[in-house]
Amino acid sequence: MTKIQVYDPALCCSTGICGVDVDQEKVTFAADVDWFKSQGGEIERFNLAQQPMAFVENPTVKGFLGRSGAEALPLILVDSQVALAGRYPRRAELAKWAKIRLALTDPQQGVCCSGNRSEPSC
Amino acid sequence: MKFLEQLPNFLFFTGKGGVGKTSLACATAVQLADSGKRVLLVSTDPASNVGQVFGITIGNKITPFDSVPRLSGLEIDPQAAAQVYRDKIVGPVRGVLPENVVKGIEEQLSGACTTEIAAFDEFTALLTDEVIHRDFDHVIFDTAPTGHTIRLLQLPGAWSGFLDEGKGDASCLGPLAGLEKQREKYKSAVEALSDPNRTRLILVTRAQASSLREANRTHDELSAIGFKRQYLVVNGVLAQADTKEDPLALAVWRREQAALGAMPDGLKTLPIDFVSLKSFNLVGLPALRQLLVEGVVVSQDAVVTLPPLQAPDLATLVDSLVGEGHGLIMLMGKGGVGKTTIAAAVAVELASRGYPVHLTTSDPAAHLAETLEGFLENLTVSRIEPHAETERYRQHVMETKGKDLDTQGKALLEEDLRSPCTEEIAVFQAFSRIIREAGKKFVVMDTAPTGHTLLLLDATGAYHRETARQLGPSGITFTTPMMQLQDSKKTKVLIVTLAENTPVLEAAGLQGDLRRADIEPWAWIINNSLAMANPTSALMRQRASNELEQIDAVTKQHAKRWAIVPLQAEEPIGVKRLRKLARHTAACFPIALPSSLVAW
Repeated sequence: MTKIQVYDPALCCSTGICGVDVDQEKVTFAADVDWFKSQGGEIERFNLAQQPMAFVENPTVKGFLGRSGAEALPLILVDSQVALAGRYPRRAELAKWAKIRLALTDPQQGVCCSGNRSEPSC
Repeated sequence: MKFLEQLPNFLFFTGKGGVGKTSLACATAVQLADSGKRVLLVSTDPASNVGQVFGITIGNKITPFDSVPRLSGLEIDPQAAAQVYRDKIVGPVRGVLPENVVKGIEEQLSGACTTEIAAFDEFTALLTDEVIHRDFDHVIFDTAPTGHTIRLLQLPGAWSGFLDEGKGDASCLGPLAGLEKQREKYKSAVEALSDPNRTRLILVTRAQASSLREANRTHDELSAIGFKRQYLVVNGVLAQADTKEDPLALAVWRREQAALGAMPDGLKTLPIDFVSLKSFNLVGLPALRQLLVEGVVVSQDAVVTLPPLQAPDLATLVDSLVGEGHGLIMLMGKGGVGKTTIAAAVAVELASRGYPVHLTTSDPAAHLAETLEGFLENLTVSRIEPHAETERYRQHVMETKGKDLDTQGKALLEEDLRSPCTEEIAVFQAFSRIIREAGKKFVVMDTAPTGHTLLLLDATGAYHRETARQLGPSGITFTTPMMQLQDSKKTKVLIVTLAENTPVLEAAGLQGDLRRADIEPWAWIINNSLAMANPTSALMRQRASNELEQIDAVTKQHAKRWAIVPLQAEEPIGVKRLRKLARHTAACFPIALPSSLVAW
């Protein structure tokens, strides 16, 4: 089974609601992670502020941090390979990586195709 | 004393600062130890003065008291606990990860949540530790002030729900990495807390309307999360016998009796004890042993001579506050010191001098502010209602950031928005809206952002400073709320305190926090001073003279400017009485009383 690992920047909370302004990207991604898990997907998040050892212990992640710094996070590994960096994946990307079918009625489906989002799978 | 009968293992004293939790906890501990029980006295209050009360040094290790057999003490310093937690996380990666990455981690971990959870973790250990259970018959907690306590106590409930239901990644639980391993510990801590045979909660209040309301609120909130067995102790009640025809003392006695008569219904059903007001300071063993003894009258025949107290009054302070005719004035201090009253008095004084003033309060029971509405042309009054603000903010987030989420995602966001941070942010936003007005008029607030909010403010400030550095040459100017607070030309912070030990310590702690955030308090106001009111009864004079040491500490060590506001015979409500509060031309004479009171 495909394993997705998300290395978050130093966050107070994963939805970003603790900030002065709520970060839409984090809110959406938190919901997508929740959805992904409910579909049986395997996904793990590591918060730099809380589990920095997880960043150190993985050579790929450690190297990435050393080269690009914390501001280049998040870093997303799919089966230990770098799949994405600098932004959170969309629901459709998670689905593609894990070969999960997106339901057509899913409201996220519409979002990923509209506006400035360039989602190859749509 | 009912609260001392058939005691369970764990006792919690709760109430806002200055009601006497520490004294009661200490006196209870001594009494139990004297009666042969093995007692551990734990302070989780960041402003703990348990050591001071006993005249010894206690630390974060269980320390036996030499002077009292069978009694030991322990102070949990939440800041220190948070530091230990930070070191545990950051230590292993220091020197391994790039330095600025490590710095970023440390910054995130200096939030209020971390402190909260680190302290809670220590506290949980005490509830579940087998060794402590074996070594002590009773563990007495002199808990931190109410809001803090509630959050502390609410957490285990949330944790259990989180663990049992396997809910999503609830934000505030994040800082406790390795939660799974702690599962059993938290579970048994929750059980211990909600079991009345093991835990007793003692609400401490004074015989004052605001203090009783606060106790009632705590009672409701704690009942709702499963603390069914609660006791009420009304501390420092003035006995009628002690009024000795002192008009001020009589007025205080009448006011206290009226407040007790109008006690909220929720509290009436609890077992209630009354502890009488003592003439002595509750420091040292002999004093502590007297506190809970009923019916003992300490000799009060010798009437203390009070030196005439020369101190600026509030009106004098306002003279130098006027400055440019506008600005933000924030009253800060722990609950119960009279921030709302002083804010109203300052606002009325400024408005009476012809300045446009906006008084804003977040006191949920601020009828005081409401009585001002419409009386002065240039005074407007508004309220920040934390619950309403939070609700509005939640809805706003759900409607904007949450609008494209599916049902499941919406539920997760909703869950996260129930975290205590949300209320702080919501109140902060309301606060930011209002302080913008301070460029044109005086804005007087009895609300101040909490430590966590200040951190948020600082985060914005830090961000903007960084932007400013980058944009430097382009000459773009802007002001964040934090920058406004730091600018003493725009903002004056007035610290309100009482001339008592704990409130002064707490106020000094607050000043320290503000200074760390680069905010320099402008003045201190000592409220409800007996020494300034020049009472005549022996007990009141003794207490007035006890204040002198604290007044001295404030004026010599803490404050750059100060004013002292005397204890009022009448509740300072309405424009007339509030103006009287600000002016105190006759410092050394008994205050003028209404004829009805004198006749009485």
